[in-house]
Amino acid sequence: MGTLFRRITIAVPYVWLLVLFLLPFLIVLRISVSEPVIAIPPYAPQFDLSDGLQGWSEKFSQLSLANYQWLFSDPLYTNAYLSSVRVAIISTFITLLIGFPLAYGMARAPERLRPIFLMLVILPFWTSFLIRVYAWIGILKPEGLLNQFLMWLGVINEPLQILNTDNALYIGIVYSYLPFMVLPIYSTLEKMDYSLVEAAQDLGCTQLGAFWKVTARLALPGIIAGSFLVFIPAIGEFVIPDLLGGTETLMIGKTLWSEFFNNRDWPVASAVAIILLFILVVPIVLFQNAQARSVEKSQ
Amino acid sequence: MKSLGSIRRSFAPWQEADSKPYISFKNVTKKFGDFVAVDNLNLDIYEREFYSLLGPSGCGKTTLLRMLAGFEQPTAGDIFLDGVSLKGVPPHKRPVNMMFQSYALFPHMNVADNVAFGLKQAGMSKSEIGQRVDAMLKLVKLEEFERRKPHQLSGGQRQRVALARSVATRPKLLLLDEPLGALDKKLREETQFELMDLQQELGLTFMIVTHDQEEAMTMSDRIAVMDRGMVVQTGTPAEIYEAPNTRYVAEFIGSINAFEGLVTKSADGKISLKGTDGFAMQVDAPPGSSYSKDQQAWFAVRPEKLKVSRKKPATKINAVRGEIWDLGYLGDMTIFHVKLPSSLVVRASMLNAQRTVEDPISIDDDVWLSFASDAGVLLER
Ligand SMILES: Nc1ncnc2c1ncn2[C@@H]1O[C@H](COP(=O)(O)OP(=O)(O)O)[C@@H](O)[C@H]1O
Ligand SMILES: [Mg+2]
Repeated sequence: MGTLFRRITIAVPYVWLLVLFLLPFLIVLRISVSEPVIAIPPYAPQFDLSDGLQGWSEKFSQLSLANYQWLFSDPLYTNAYLSSVRVAIISTFITLLIGFPLAYGMARAPERLRPIFLMLVILPFWTSFLIRVYAWIGILKPEGLLNQFLMWLGVINEPLQILNTDNALYIGIVYSYLPFMVLPIYSTLEKMDYSLVEAAQDLGCTQLGAFWKVTARLALPGIIAGSFLVFIPAIGEFVIPDLLGGTETLMIGKTLWSEFFNNRDWPVASAVAIILLFILVVPIVLFQNAQARSVEKSQ
Repeated sequence: MKSLGSIRRSFAPWQEADSKPYISFKNVTKKFGDFVAVDNLNLDIYEREFYSLLGPSGCGKTTLLRMLAGFEQPTAGDIFLDGVSLKGVPPHKRPVNMMFQSYALFPHMNVADNVAFGLKQAGMSKSEIGQRVDAMLKLVKLEEFERRKPHQLSGGQRQRVALARSVATRPKLLLLDEPLGALDKKLREETQFELMDLQQELGLTFMIVTHDQEEAMTMSDRIAVMDRGMVVQTGTPAEIYEAPNTRYVAEFIGSINAFEGLVTKSADGKISLKGTDGFAMQVDAPPGSSYSKDQQAWFAVRPEKLKVSRKKPATKINAVRGEIWDLGYLGDMTIFHVKLPSSLVVRASMLNAQRTVEDPISIDDDVWLSFASDAGVLLER
């Protein structure tokens, strides 16, 4: 009874992973090696239980890597991948620049205020992501709040074109993913013993020196975790480039969307997704190694 | 008052007219909001002194050290180091190192790197740093542990790394905040002597915080007893023990019996009192004191200065009858708890070498307690 219960509890996460991650992945993988056709569903071949072994092996031989060859032959896709990586790196960096001071301020705030600040960081999640991104359109558009405010201040005479540019894209990504940077950094800084910083100053460090040698160094696991948590979803981001970015903003998520919905080319869209997955595997593995190392260290 | 120099060594710069204090707190007050943590405090500490701050938790000891290290600024008053005001001098520019209560070892650095930290900051050459680190680790007997991370060490080893790190840069003054607080009793006693040796060997000034009176007595040249942000008494361990100036100090340093009474007569250096416990006292008047009739006072007597006997003493003055309430055999001596008629329980101790073997005093016995007129000090509060 006890061992059975234990086996079931251990099995639950594996079943979960199998059903919600591995199976969909296999389905996408299988579509990516199919051919687009005008039908429902729009790809071939379709496997059917009634085909028998003979029919299955025949259909199996129809699968091909042609979609992947296509992706590598057309520079549009390569550019979209590269541009996504670039956008994700820049966004992660900006998020870090804003997120670290925020997390630091929260961690050094009086203890009774910290839950309030935490709440404020998490609060945006109570509203739909889509609505929040739409709200930025209202702020950034030429006759929007930001331009009105800047003109009222007299900083500018004519509205700036912010919406539908890369700037709007960065604003959107940084805004949306900031909590994922703030929270892990906050949690490392919050448990840091501040007397370490004082000890460093006592031993001859200036305030800045002590910050680099102790605070930043000890927050490193949080910085790494936060950076990956921003970088990984930012690479595949679709909604923000679509709503806030410009027409020339090239991101792989947008490319994928248009392959899927505009061109109804499910196989190519699936191939795009699979390659994106492989691009992401590298940082994910790095991330897990870093996590494992920091767990080891804190023991 | 009789002058009791340091028993540990012939060292008493505070008694020499021409010696200047190395550290001076001048009317220092520190407030946190409305709360007064340190209250108009004056202290002088001399070079190479082993100085202890003794007081209960929350009396402002750590705050005092932190002001000296530069982590807190006095709200009023000033601190002088070698005659120069420390106002506005940041922590890294003070020739003062602190050993933190939590040790504050850098968790991401190994033992050697922790010890080398201050030396690197001072811009020492690599080879010099290596030599100094080796010497320091040898001094604290941690040579084999130089590659270990702090979390791989025991509490006692961590304490020694913290010590090595804080003395490696040869600060003129070392501040130690309850350095032995986290150690077990046996290790503590060993470490006390190691600290004393280290201080002598390196010729440093030590200012150490503790709430353990025995620790303070063992190690210090002088002790400052603190209470709620104020220094109540400073002096050598012997002065504080033999001549506490208040019952607070007397009770804080070891155990004491305070016999309460009202003054009936004050003449010829003797003061007579009517004891609250129903017996008359006649005790030596403290030099320079003036007691008036009917004034309330306490005669404070250490347990070892009380005589316990079955025989009735010759005189009724300074003697009271009681019953053995409790008795503790400690090997070298025996502790008696004697209940007086007023139901006050008094503590007396007797060396077992003196305790007569043929007729030992045991529990429930009726006994006489007596003391000499110079066995304690008369206190006004
Ligand atoms: N930063 C601070 N803010 C507010 N109160 C403080 C602060 N530091 C210390 N205190 C208060 O000052 C008093 C003295 O503290 P401390 O010097 O740490 O005492 P000790 O070391 O003698 O136990 C305590 O009541 C403590 O609560
Ligand atoms: Mg303290």
